[in-house]
Amino acid sequence: MSSEQKDYKWVGTRQIRPDGHDKVTGRAKFGSDFSLSGMIHGRVLRSPHAHAIIQSIDTSKAEALPGVKAVITSKDLKDQPSELKPAGEGMVNYRDMTRNVMAREKVLYDGHAVAAVAATTVEIAEAALELIDVKYEVLPHVVDVDAAMKDDAPILDDTMVPIGYETKGPTNIAKHVEFSLGDTGKGFEEADVVIERSYKTEAVHQGYIEPHAVVASVSEDGQAQIWCCTQGQFMVRTFVGQLLGMPTSSIRVTPSEIGGGFGGKTVVYLEPLATLLSSKVGKPVKMIMTREEVFRASGPTSGGSMDFKIGATKAGKITAVEATVRLLAGAFPGAPVAPACMCAVAPYDIANVHVQGFDVVVNRPKVAAYRAPGAPISAFGAESIVDELAKELGMDPLKIRKLNAAKKGTKAAYGPTFRDIGYEETVDRAMDHDHYKAPLGPNQGRGVASGFWFNIGGESSATVNINEDGTAVVISGNPDIGGSRASLAMMAAEELGIEYSDVRPIIGDTAAIGYNFLTGGSRVTFATGLAVVEAAKDAVRQLCERAAKIWEVDAEGVVWDNGHAKPASTNVGDFEPLSLAALAAQAPKTGGPICGHNAQNVQGAGPGFATHICDVEVDPETGGVTILRYTAVQDVGRAIHPSYVEGQIQGGAVQGIGWALNEEYIYNSKGTLDNPGFLDYRIPVASDLPMIEAVMVECPNDRHPYGVRGVGEVPIVPPMAAVANAIESATGVRMEALPMSPPRLLAALDSSNIKQAAE
Amino acid sequence: MESVEFERPGTVEEAVALLQGASGNAKILAGGTDLLVQLRAHMVEPDVIIDIKHIEETRTLTKNSDGSYTIGAAVAGAEAGDRDDITKDWPGVVEGWELIGSTQIQGRASLGGNLCNASPAGDSVPAMVAAGMTVNIAGPNGRRTIPVEEVTVAPGRTCLEKGEFVVSFNLPARPAGGGDAYLRLIPRTEMDIAVVGCGVALTLDTDGVVKTAKVSLGAVAATVLVVEDAAKAIIGTKLDADAMAALDAACQAACKPIDDKRGTIEYRTKIAGVLGRRAVTIAAERAGKK
Ligand SMILES: Cc1cc2nc3c(=O)[nH]c(=O)nc-3n(C[C@H](O)[C@H](O)[C@H](O)COP(=O)(O)OP(=O)(O)OC[C@H]3O[C@@H](n4cnc5c(N)ncnc54)[C@H](O)[C@@H]3O)c2cc1C
Repeated sequence: MSSEQKDYKWVGTRQIRPDGHDKVTGRAKFGSDFSLSGMIHGRVLRSPHAHAIIQSIDTSKAEALPGVKAVITSKDLKDQPSELKPAGEGMVNYRDMTRNVMAREKVLYDGHAVAAVAATTVEIAEAALELIDVKYEVLPHVVDVDAAMKDDAPILDDTMVPIGYETKGPTNIAKHVEFSLGDTGKGFEEADVVIERSYKTEAVHQGYIEPHAVVASVSEDGQAQIWCCTQGQFMVRTFVGQLLGMPTSSIRVTPSEIGGGFGGKTVVYLEPLATLLSSKVGKPVKMIMTREEVFRASGPTSGGSMDFKIGATKAGKITAVEATVRLLAGAFPGAPVAPACMCAVAPYDIANVHVQGFDVVVNRPKVAAYRAPGAPISAFGAESIVDELAKELGMDPLKIRKLNAAKKGTKAAYGPTFRDIGYEETVDRAMDHDHYKAPLGPNQGRGVASGFWFNIGGESSATVNINEDGTAVVISGNPDIGGSRASLAMMAAEELGIEYSDVRPIIGDTAAIGYNFLTGGSRVTFATGLAVVEAAKDAVRQLCERAAKIWEVDAEGVVWDNGHAKPASTNVGDFEPLSLAALAAQAPKTGGPICGHNAQNVQGAGPGFATHICDVEVDPETGGVTILRYTAVQDVGRAIHPSYVEGQIQGGAVQGIGWALNEEYIYNSKGTLDNPGFLDYRIPVASDLPMIEAVMVECPNDRHPYGVRGVGEVPIVPPMAAVANAIESATGVRMEALPMSPPRLLAALDSSNIKQAAE
Repeated sequence: MESVEFERPGTVEEAVALLQGASGNAKILAGGTDLLVQLRAHMVEPDVIIDIKHIEETRTLTKNSDGSYTIGAAVAGAEAGDRDDITKDWPGVVEGWELIGSTQIQGRASLGGNLCNASPAGDSVPAMVAAGMTVNIAGPNGRRTIPVEEVTVAPGRTCLEKGEFVVSFNLPARPAGGGDAYLRLIPRTEMDIAVVGCGVALTLDTDGVVKTAKVSLGAVAATVLVVEDAAKAIIGTKLDADAMAALDAACQAACKPIDDKRGTIEYRTKIAGVLGRRAVTIAAERAGKK
């Protein structure tokens, strides 16, 4: 392991989060808490159909309703060319984006926005929606990924040109990707055992507690201010500017506190509409989605169907894997199909791999990112079939993972060769954990599964301002979803050598700090953390220069040690150390304000690996599954703030358990959503779960000063297979489709009993 | 939404007068855990809301000298759960009432609200029916008392006439050798709607033979069912395997469920039999079965 273990004062400790008091007292301002004087309210009219041509929209009656100030439809948004443009991590197509924000020729899913109204009250705006007359020609629809790929499927967009895929006629297949290593034909020849299986997962929503909310205010000179709950204020600025044809300099976006995002707030829905309405009316416009709108119209992650084939020697060495992953994208292309393919078997050192994937449009809301987008889906397949392989070979499921574990120097099927990674350590720690050895009772079973996620770096800017009293302000530009403010402040305090409580971390609006890519990809503590460390070092450099000035020595002769400038050696001179506070007090006389800054496109994110152990008890008469015990082992690089790292691990595991057991969209025969609420879209409740034990393995990332790896995404990758493997261990029945809800599991148990009785 | 009147009567008579005098749609407010949700979803649009929680009779739970109970219609489940007497005498009734929602909801949710909301899946109802509870209804023509199972006539509809509301419930004294239980199946552990609910009350003689029994199922038909064949299957038995199988079959046969997002016909039917057996087993244990 590369970076040496140092004694840190703050890094690795559990400090009180700077946003904690405001959150527990209710003072914190979330999206919908923001208000301005003179503000009016916007609501969105949404499609009641899964798929229909918009023949006409008559807004005249709505406009005539007293209190209504403006009505907009897609006519008020200029169309965008169909081309992929880089935006942050990936590419976006603004033609699709403008159509997702407001339907144009067609509505493509139940809940698709068709028009928006601004009125003096929410009630009037809602009454106005009912007065908008939309004539639809309803078309056949398709919501299932496999059905959408059939030749006779209803086509969502007959102008769509697939990428990487040859087609004779119109298709719903937007893209085909392939990743290969070695020669799978040869690999299967070397195998003593070959297993083939198919799996299916449901689309699931991120389930953030806070619905989308925005206030937009456009003044007479065209300057727009937007306050919203988002994972990226700069992303909102870019997208709103592009969709509304406004220069970036005229838009200022301030992010609110955020009640969860998990990837689902990396896109815009209401922001362009509120901004457009405000510019028409000349008053601030507030828009908040209801929970029903969140479910009907905001992005879930894909559901998928998959075929896996695995071969191994009798000794358990995996010789080849082939997989095909088909992911539903929702109404517009963009399922996370490449990452799904790339992550599928990344924990393993396999010489021969071929994985291909399809991005398929269906009549559902366009998918958005959700923790490790794509990886949990393919991992459900991969980690289920590895378990089957272990069973077939009579091997312990952790031993087979250890035997095949990717290590430093392993070439991954998706391209890179791994540097220092901690996958094998996670398997070892799981094997040694007393959970893995604990006895099980009747109807109980244990499952394990592993997972991988790349993590990302990206563009980050940070400023560290030294205050006149010797305290400091850290300005960064990433909405804090997981406790990142605390971690940034701790790293700054470590560098400056001052108290954590003397560092105030602030999240700047788009005009207060340089560009920052959004909060996503588990990047903030890593990448923005690195920018903060560099900015703090910049401040320290300036502090040393000031000391040099005071001492009248060369700046090189001054070192920074534990919050003080000191002569580098006795040769420099005999000076009393100068504290940060003393230097700050003298700043006006030594050159003015001391402001450290750093901006860069951070590279070198360290990938994350995890191995989870899950115990279940199955009620054989009802199909009910109780999670008895759950342990999640993860390589976290270095935990800057262990509590928030554990929180990320626990949260990811819990979301994965929900995905495994009960979460699903229930579309009726008309293609409209029957469960747009938390009552029937069942995320786990607290009483469903035991305490999730988080075990942190620290294999530092050598490309970060404190060894940080992203930690927020990989914990959602293993749970679905871990639960399925545990259910198999408890019952002998293999669940190949999610969710493994009581009715589905009971049906599987009953049919296996019938089969056994017949044999 | 147009404006809504809010009234807070202090007596039953005032409440009846308000209900009767209301020109448009009047709604009783007890805990509000159904009503407020329905208001926000625009499922109901009342002209007047009448909060009955300031009428003492609706807010008191009394054990009478004969061992029976009078339960105010607006008493919350958590209040019953805190009482040693009723939780000991009728654990099944308290279970069905106190498991509603989660801690926050339990501090509000009432028997009157659960019954009058008239959902086929109301959790408190099967155990009330099994226990032989009756309701005291006040109205313009005075008071009347009817069995719990007669209140709901269809999903979302009760037999209450204009001007009437439920003031309280009567729960008999626990009989000698008596025991009761309520079980429901939900995919989670709380905050969910019963896929099936089953209430059982029975008595055993000193030899452990079932003397009397009442079995009630929720969420498997338009209204809560009384399953007489299930009771017959176990009366006179010591709950041997044959009796339990017959009970299971009777519960399944009684089901007239719908297929919906919360459960298929097949699943609901099977689970009715399973819960029937399990609830009877628990009730019998509580009745002293060895
Ligand atoms: C988060 C949540 C979870 C829930 N979980 C469950 C659950 O697990 N199981 C379950 O069964 N229910 C559940 N519910 C529904 C609800 O909590 C129960 O039905 C509860 O018992 C209703 O009681 P209340 O006093 O709040 O009724 P209210 O909302 O006050 O009233 C309900 C209805 O009954 C009428 N009404 C109330 N009292 C009277 C009366 N005395 N006479 C005549 N009419 C009356 C009202 O006008 C209204 O139409 C849940 C609700 C929520 C919000």
